[in-house]
Amino acid sequence: MTAIVNIFLKQGVLDPQGKAIHHALDAMNFEGVEDVRMGKQIVLKLTSTNKDEALKEVEKMAEDILANTVIEDYTIELV
Amino acid sequence: MKHIAILQFPGTNCDLDTKYAFEKLNCTTTVIWHKETELPANTDLIVVPGGFSYGDYLRSGAIAQFSPIMKAVIEFANNGGKVLGICNGFQILTEVGLLPGALKRNIGLHFISKFQTLKVVNNTNDFLQKCNKDELLNIPIAHADGNYYIDEENFKELESNEQILLRYSDEQGNPIVINGSVTSIAGVCNKTKNVFGLMPHPERALETILGSEDGIKMLEGLIA
Repeated sequence: MTAIVNIFLKQGVLDPQGKAIHHALDAMNFEGVEDVRMGKQIVLKLTSTNKDEALKEVEKMAEDILANTVIEDYTIELV
Repeated sequence: MKHIAILQFPGTNCDLDTKYAFEKLNCTTTVIWHKETELPANTDLIVVPGGFSYGDYLRSGAIAQFSPIMKAVIEFANNGGKVLGICNGFQILTEVGLLPGALKRNIGLHFISKFQTLKVVNNTNDFLQKCNKDELLNIPIAHADGNYYIDEENFKELESNEQILLRYSDEQGNPIVINGSVTSIAGVCNKTKNVFGLMPHPERALETILGSEDGIKMLEGLIA
């Protein structure tokens, strides 16, 4: 099983990298971009075959190290 | 004579500057590799120095927080022991939860390396006891992830407990935007005022010939 963890700065926490990308897109005349948020994706290959257990385990990983929950939110997708 | 334990992670690069600084102030020092699990029994102060522990992978300080020595550091701090985190050390101490808030990428995205005026916000703590309130200090900064963030509720607590140590300021003492930090914060301490963190480098400001000796009275406060 594979777990995909997406990590983004929380809404309301200014994202300087997203802002810089937004400026660049504006400068390149790409219109219609309202906001840009930049995050990171961590892909974990798991040995577990139990979805519930895997989700619990990856949630703990996200809380403990993968994300800094003071400033970041995360989502977990199992495939 | 005070004994200073200076941590060294893979990628730490201010350990020897820190050792030089405290030896200049007549302390004895031990540089401790992060795989160690114990601190010298006579440790009076732990310094988590600057650098790029683990190459800043994942987030600055994120991986170092789980190094074996950190258990001993947390225990030392929880027993009231004094801990100072400089730059990457500040990032590590916020990641491990010994200090409130978090450090994000600088607002301008650039690595900033220069002398910077700082204003002493509170001196009701060991670290800045030798400085005057509102005193201006000239201390080098060198960081890419120094943009201090804390939510509003915790900020209020920080302010009312006098946990804000320093702010980036202009030469008149007005706060200025350097890296996007909430209210220009450059350094904070914990509630019990025994754990200190700051982005600027006092250990690089010990000699007038090298630009400033304002770092001396900061470090001296911790060993008084």
